[in-house]
Amino acid sequence: MANEVCFRTMHLDEPWTLEAYKSVGGYKVWRDILKNKTPANDIIEQLKTSALRGRGGAGFPTGLKWSFMPRGMPGQKYVVCNSDEGEPGTFKDRDILRFNPHQLIEGMAIGGYVMTATVGYNYMRGEFYEPFARMEQALKEAYDEGLLGKNILDSGIDFDLYNHMGAGAYICGEETALIESLEGKKGQPRFKPPFPANYGVFGRPTNVNNTESYASVPVILQHGGQWFLDLGIPNNGGTKIFSVSGHIKQPGNYEVAMGMPFKDLLQQCGGMRGDKPLKAVIPGGSSSPVLPASVMMDITMDYDAIGKAGSMVGSGAVMVIEEGTCMVELAARTAHFYYEESCGQCTPCREGTGWMSRVLHRILDGEGKIEDLDNLQDIADNIMGRTICALGDAAAMPMGGFLKHYKHEFEHMIRTGRRWVDDQQNAA
Amino acid sequence: MGTVTIEIDGVSLEAETGSMIIEIADDAGMHIPRFCYHKKLSVAANCRMCLVDVSNSPKAVPACATPVADGMKVLTNSTKARIAQKSVMEFLLINHPLDCPICDQGGECELQDVALGFGNDVSRFTEGKRVVQDKNIGPLIETDMTRCIHCTRCVRFGTEVVGMREMGATGRGEHMEIGTYIEKSIESEVSGNIIDLCPVGALTAKPSRYKARAWEMQSTAGVSPHDCLGTNIEIHHRRGEVIRVVPRENEKINEVWISDRDRFSYQSVTDSERLTQPKIKKDGQWQTCDWETALTHVCDQLNNIKQSEGVENIGALISPSATLEEMYLTQKLMRGLGSHNIDHRLRQVDFSSQFEAPMFPGMEFDIDALEDMDATLLIDADLRREQPLLALRLRKSTRHGRVMSVHSGEVENNFKVSPNVSVPASDLLAQLQGIVAALIEQHKEVSAELTELFVDIKPTPDQQTIASELRINDNACLLVGQSALEHSKSSHIRWLAKTISDLSGCAFGELTAGANTAGGYIAGALPHRLSAAEESNICGWNTQQMLQKGLSAYLLMNTEPELDSSYRDAARVSLLKSKFVVMMTPFAKGEFLDYADVLLPIAGFTETSGTFINVCGEWQSFTAAVKAKGEARPAWKVLRVLGNLLELDGFDYVSSQEINAAVKERFESTTDARVGHFQRPDSLESGGEKPRPLSMYDMDSLTRRSLCLQMSVQGQDNWRRDQIEHLVASQSLPETESPDSLINLSASSAESETASLQESSDA
Repeated sequence: MANEVCFRTMHLDEPWTLEAYKSVGGYKVWRDILKNKTPANDIIEQLKTSALRGRGGAGFPTGLKWSFMPRGMPGQKYVVCNSDEGEPGTFKDRDILRFNPHQLIEGMAIGGYVMTATVGYNYMRGEFYEPFARMEQALKEAYDEGLLGKNILDSGIDFDLYNHMGAGAYICGEETALIESLEGKKGQPRFKPPFPANYGVFGRPTNVNNTESYASVPVILQHGGQWFLDLGIPNNGGTKIFSVSGHIKQPGNYEVAMGMPFKDLLQQCGGMRGDKPLKAVIPGGSSSPVLPASVMMDITMDYDAIGKAGSMVGSGAVMVIEEGTCMVELAARTAHFYYEESCGQCTPCREGTGWMSRVLHRILDGEGKIEDLDNLQDIADNIMGRTICALGDAAAMPMGGFLKHYKHEFEHMIRTGRRWVDDQQNAA
Repeated sequence: MGTVTIEIDGVSLEAETGSMIIEIADDAGMHIPRFCYHKKLSVAANCRMCLVDVSNSPKAVPACATPVADGMKVLTNSTKARIAQKSVMEFLLINHPLDCPICDQGGECELQDVALGFGNDVSRFTEGKRVVQDKNIGPLIETDMTRCIHCTRCVRFGTEVVGMREMGATGRGEHMEIGTYIEKSIESEVSGNIIDLCPVGALTAKPSRYKARAWEMQSTAGVSPHDCLGTNIEIHHRRGEVIRVVPRENEKINEVWISDRDRFSYQSVTDSERLTQPKIKKDGQWQTCDWETALTHVCDQLNNIKQSEGVENIGALISPSATLEEMYLTQKLMRGLGSHNIDHRLRQVDFSSQFEAPMFPGMEFDIDALEDMDATLLIDADLRREQPLLALRLRKSTRHGRVMSVHSGEVENNFKVSPNVSVPASDLLAQLQGIVAALIEQHKEVSAELTELFVDIKPTPDQQTIASELRINDNACLLVGQSALEHSKSSHIRWLAKTISDLSGCAFGELTAGANTAGGYIAGALPHRLSAAEESNICGWNTQQMLQKGLSAYLLMNTEPELDSSYRDAARVSLLKSKFVVMMTPFAKGEFLDYADVLLPIAGFTETSGTFINVCGEWQSFTAAVKAKGEARPAWKVLRVLGNLLELDGFDYVSSQEINAAVKERFESTTDARVGHFQRPDSLESGGEKPRPLSMYDMDSLTRRSLCLQMSVQGQDNWRRDQIEHLVASQSLPETESPDSLINLSASSAESETASLQESSDA
């Protein structure tokens, strides 16, 4: 039950080539659509049935999102792929781009067809040199094969796809900041509404999806929405790539069925490094609140279960943390990341992230005060929900998680100036 | 657009669909705190201060960016809203320096005001604060970037209103800085508005820095003396000293903006060397005297010359920015003496159609109508230089409409112009004739005579486009620029423009020099007409004749003809050659020291009451903000006394309002003369020339003497720099400016600036 969707070429030699992709049935769906002019509504229905949810982090149902595009509206429309994979701990899109670029191209072309967009942009983060080269090569192959361009295979359908490389700002992974950056401006989120579906790239209707979401589409349409849904569990269809990292034996990308128990996933990854006990897991990228081992070992890896436990699937970046890890340091490192990456546009995030980071580093420096903990929680609460985009929330949420489950470590460091984990170890 | 009903804090309000909560609240006088929102700028929603509690929304939402919906219930003061607002306030303050005691914005600071309502007494923030390096963005605006709260109003003003992206944000997060990226002076001619827009003390006025506190100043409403719009200003003064000038909102004229010269030209009356006592030249030496001596001397000399040379050898030149009252009394004085040599049209060269001119040249439509135009033709208009705020208005029209231009010389617009036809001055007529010919081609009912006149002219595609755009669009207009009237064939240009307007059906407008050309016409400061356009049976000499042919005696009413007129060389010769020159001026320095015989100190523009009539015929009266310096007196009072000393009738006015009323009465009793009827010429003319247009800060005696304007980028570019730099106000260099940084700003002029400073301290 692994590598069935986005990684379906992974077992082949040079899985990124057009030949490899065609050998697993690639571009069949696209050719079929071009030939039969499959009604767009049918495709959207299949996606809705599949319960495919946005793989970038927010988990918004993809079929529903596609149905929001004003398809009948005249004028230029765009489909944009968000390959600005910036969430710390996430590295799944990179491998899709590196090892299965054609499936993304096919997914975007289908998206363009469904949403009557004749131009697509694949926005990749600035650090993705190798994936960018692979994508460029794949695009060339696809154009040479006549699968993209004007009047594709005499179908009367146009679709041009362009790769675009960002400059490495985390904020450009936010869809409206990505659009601004794509337009050549400073990457800063736009206030919503209007949403990109009405006012996107160059002011035109635009659909932005994550790489994994687009890449899942051809397979869903090939096998049917129900097949995809059945791979996972109800309301959490299909498979998901989890980027598992941290204190485990085999870090890497694992495309597994939704609803797999965490402990099975951990086993697939070879278990804990040095067989140390598990302390905690950050289940969906650095923005998701940390969950302690006791919670994690009992839950399944899907939107509903992790949500119920107080965290989120997010981008699927599972960061595994072993006993002996100082949570204050982890919190400070996380806070520092958001401090550096806040775009600076709106007040709570610009000021609040810096404040949190400074307080945490002061605690690490042994200058902490006990009221700092209440203040930290307060700052996080004050950022939460008061910003233009979700970066503020992303900075605030993990803070709540750390304070909820590991407040004693913070208190210990403030009182003694020493790491709680060291004292535990020494006592043992 | 329909309306919906919403409820704000329990008050039921009608709201237009699509409007934002904050607009409705503002209209109803309910205050929602804000920093980034400004009614003239796009919505940024970045400060988050206006978060309010809206029914059915789990989160507090920004009032500036949340559209109204029917039945929406908004609470601006609920616990949820209050907590949100207070939390944003806390965030804004943690990195703000709180240096209010030494901040120029203190007392009129939006952050300070809002902090009083939403801030905490004690900060929980104990970390180090952010410090940002200040930027030098020129002589007009002082920066203190540590105080910046990143509302981006200044950035949006540049991008949206001015069309020059001079300010921007670099860096991310807390490291974000507002600035010009590569350090440079701001070049926009309306840059000073970012001082008003800045809600904190990050951008403050450099010339008035540290001069006064907001609460110490009194405010007097005024009207800007620089261009024909009649921009509304507010003069702030303390203990009889003008400290600064800020905009006074007038949606119909200047919205909330003023140009930099409106804002900073006050420096000429506060800081330049002022004439504070009457002076008489005796044996080539200037001697101070009292008013009585000076005025008696003037009367005696004028009477002598009248006797010996004849009254037709006396003439008066008046600044087109003089007040209506000053213009009226000057012409009354001259006509009382018996001379009709009176003119305020100093830059005009072609006077051949003066009898056909309308009551006053101007615009047939309102200034605010300009932003709704679908097609506008600019005829030799350089709006940014001549009427900067009109350029902002017209720029708005380019969002939906089209602006076209036919001009001579270099014109830089801050909006898209197409077609943008630039030709030598000698080809201007041919261009306009082409447009007329195109209109005749497109038009069905044109008189045979007119058709005959244009039969040989073949319009170009651009001319065809201009013609059809003006004809097709209902909302179309043409504007004849200020400098078109300086053209040697301006009469023909006006006739062509009028013909284009008549044939295309577009509205007609002429832009005029100075603040009060319309007032000059109405007051009768003309050689061929009495006040209110009453025909005069004697036609006196116009500016050109007075300066080129020469007179024995001149009365110069607040004008320096060698700089203000188009006849620099002739003016110097004639004035030096003449027997007697009376100079009424607020200033102590100028070439007039060479040619004048009597100097009468008059009040500066902030020190006199009066009236300006703008290009749309709007009468705007104002009062004096401060007392005139020294012995200087408002010019209308000087003229009144002079009239009485000359034993002329009708000089018994006790206030400027009385003079105004007298002119108004005459104006309102005439109606037939209002519309000009330009006669069709027998043949088409060609060629012609135009004097080089004056630089933006060389157009009147005030801008020439304002140090900060002369130090600005446009000031440095004055092409007559060498002729005017000795006039520059130089008593107070901005304190933060060291000579070194002056050199940085402009290496070429820094030396002369300091040299003129030296001169004045020696004097």
